[in-house]
Amino acid sequence: MADLLEITAARREFVTPEGGRLAALDGVDLTVGANEFVTLLGPSGCGKTTLLRAISGFEMLDSGTMRLGGADLTALPPFRRPVNTVFQSYALFGHMTVARNVGYALEVAGVPRPARDGQVAEALEKVGLSGLGARRPGQLSGGQRQRVALARAIIAKPRLLLLDEPLSALDRNLRQQMQLELKTLQNNLGIAFIFVTHDQEEALTMSDRIVVMRAGKIEQIGTPRDIYRRPRNRFVAEFIGETNLFPVTVDRIEGDLALARTAEGVELSLPSSGRSVGERITAILRPADFTLGREGIAGRVTRAVYLGSDLYIFVQPQAGGPEIRVIARDGAGLAEGAAVRLAHDPAQVHVLEAA
Amino acid sequence: MALKRQSVVLGVLLAPVTLFLGIFFLLPLLIIALFSVLTPGLYGGVEWAFYHWNYGRIFGWADGLNEIYEPIYLRILLRSLAFAALTVVLTLALCYPVAFWVSRLSERWRLVFLFLITLPFFCSLIVRLYAWLLILKPSGLLNTVLLWTGVISQPLEILYTPTAVVLGMVYVMVPFMFLPLYAAVDNLDRAQVEASLDLGANRVQTFLKVILPQTLPGIMGGAVIVFIPSVGNFVVPDVLGGAKGLMIGNLVEQQFLSARNWPFGSALSMIIMTVVLTVLMLSVTRARKAGGHA
Repeated sequence: MADLLEITAARREFVTPEGGRLAALDGVDLTVGANEFVTLLGPSGCGKTTLLRAISGFEMLDSGTMRLGGADLTALPPFRRPVNTVFQSYALFGHMTVARNVGYALEVAGVPRPARDGQVAEALEKVGLSGLGARRPGQLSGGQRQRVALARAIIAKPRLLLLDEPLSALDRNLRQQMQLELKTLQNNLGIAFIFVTHDQEEALTMSDRIVVMRAGKIEQIGTPRDIYRRPRNRFVAEFIGETNLFPVTVDRIEGDLALARTAEGVELSLPSSGRSVGERITAILRPADFTLGREGIAGRVTRAVYLGSDLYIFVQPQAGGPEIRVIARDGAGLAEGAAVRLAHDPAQVHVLEAA
Repeated sequence: MALKRQSVVLGVLLAPVTLFLGIFFLLPLLIIALFSVLTPGLYGGVEWAFYHWNYGRIFGWADGLNEIYEPIYLRILLRSLAFAALTVVLTLALCYPVAFWVSRLSERWRLVFLFLITLPFFCSLIVRLYAWLLILKPSGLLNTVLLWTGVISQPLEILYTPTAVVLGMVYVMVPFMFLPLYAAVDNLDRAQVEASLDLGANRVQTFLKVILPQTLPGIMGGAVIVFIPSVGNFVVPDVLGGAKGLMIGNLVEQQFLSARNWPFGSALSMIIMTVVLTVLMLSVTRARKAGGHA
């Protein structure tokens, strides 16, 4: 897949109110394919919004370059970039009708009225708002405004659509519905989406690739599965989903399996390849990686949270140490205080090299 | 029940201002309206007989005996309207860019600036206008500086000209234009400006299609607040305008205080008020229309 967007060594500093310097982008390299859904994920202040604004042209890079389809974007003002944005606050023009909002990009490009009207109707249909063109943004619900913002941003057929936490203001059901619709829309349009969010579930649901950022730097780029199953470091592991981290020392190696033990004595088995006895590593197991059985880590349920299809339990290991979080699929009847044993598939253990 | 109670509370709260305005605003207004169609008394005051020549003198019917039609009155009215319109345009041109600049300042400097804008209110208008007189007079500050720097060789005759009147009016009215403009500009949704740029509109298009319509209520508000007092203003032309700068406000003042022709002064006042009300209603309906289907 040819790369649509290439960002190299992007750097942007801000002066803090205290007079210090803060790098919102600290040497960011990123490429995005022509029909890719890429999510920028990270806690607030990690630089993801600055990166998005640098792509749309509202922040200029202090250094580094940015190319779109081979053309240099770095010094272009926002209105010369073939990139459109769905803003977090939607930023609909309150003094215009929905139809004029949606047709704005065509209007300023000088497309005559009759041609515009057809495309506006088409764009409104794509987002499921046919017939609402004569309304004002103020007369629409939050979800409808979201769709108007989307229709407005795609009407000029940008090669790249930027979405700045567009779903954060919607309620949970609508958000989940919009996640699926956005993904479908992206496939149908055949253009690249860069989506900013701090919601890891949103990122996992929609993305082809996720870019995890922290303090102006990219921590990891990978598919949702990669990021979830093989986080590169502790930050990524803890930011994406619930995680159990075990700082362990490799005790002994028996063929394919290595046995490791925490300082308190909780035992884990993991693949032996690349391991050596006495090595200190951090082992990661997701809550769903455990099964309740007759063997494994012995412990006692301290809390049980009912999630509908699953039971989410906190297990205090008998050996001691922090509680282990477990999603028990067949945990019917488990109550607080129940004694359990937690087994796991060694192949599911992911190892962070630096303990 | 609750609704009824609310309206009682509302009534109690509104009663003082209603009474005050009823006695001190509405009643004098009615008196002026009545006086404008009464016969002028010989030494001031009125005689209680219907007399339409007060308006006839201005608009062109007169019997040639009691009153004579003088087109000068209409000319003065038109000139006052033109001066007021010019004042609106000039204050708007001065304040609009500044409002954007101020809204981008840091919180602290913004407060300092807003305080500076309201500073003139702490000092009497007359005193401030006499200061202008000192600046503009032939041997005043302006001419001294210009002569000294060699920009001009003869003192400028600004004082007691229409230019001086407009300068003074602009000076007096700047805060009234600035405050509503600033409120509108400060309320401007920057995300919408960014959205416009993002959708391919250049800076001029963005200004015309997004910034201007969004700040239009502030522009209209400022224009109305500046225009109305400017039409009837008589202090500025009095101090800075001399005989050549006579405005409709001065004419009214003269009729009541020197000429002692109360009915004629009342008729002139009614005309100013009609014009001002018409302008106000037009601008309100225009603004509503702009807000409704821009």
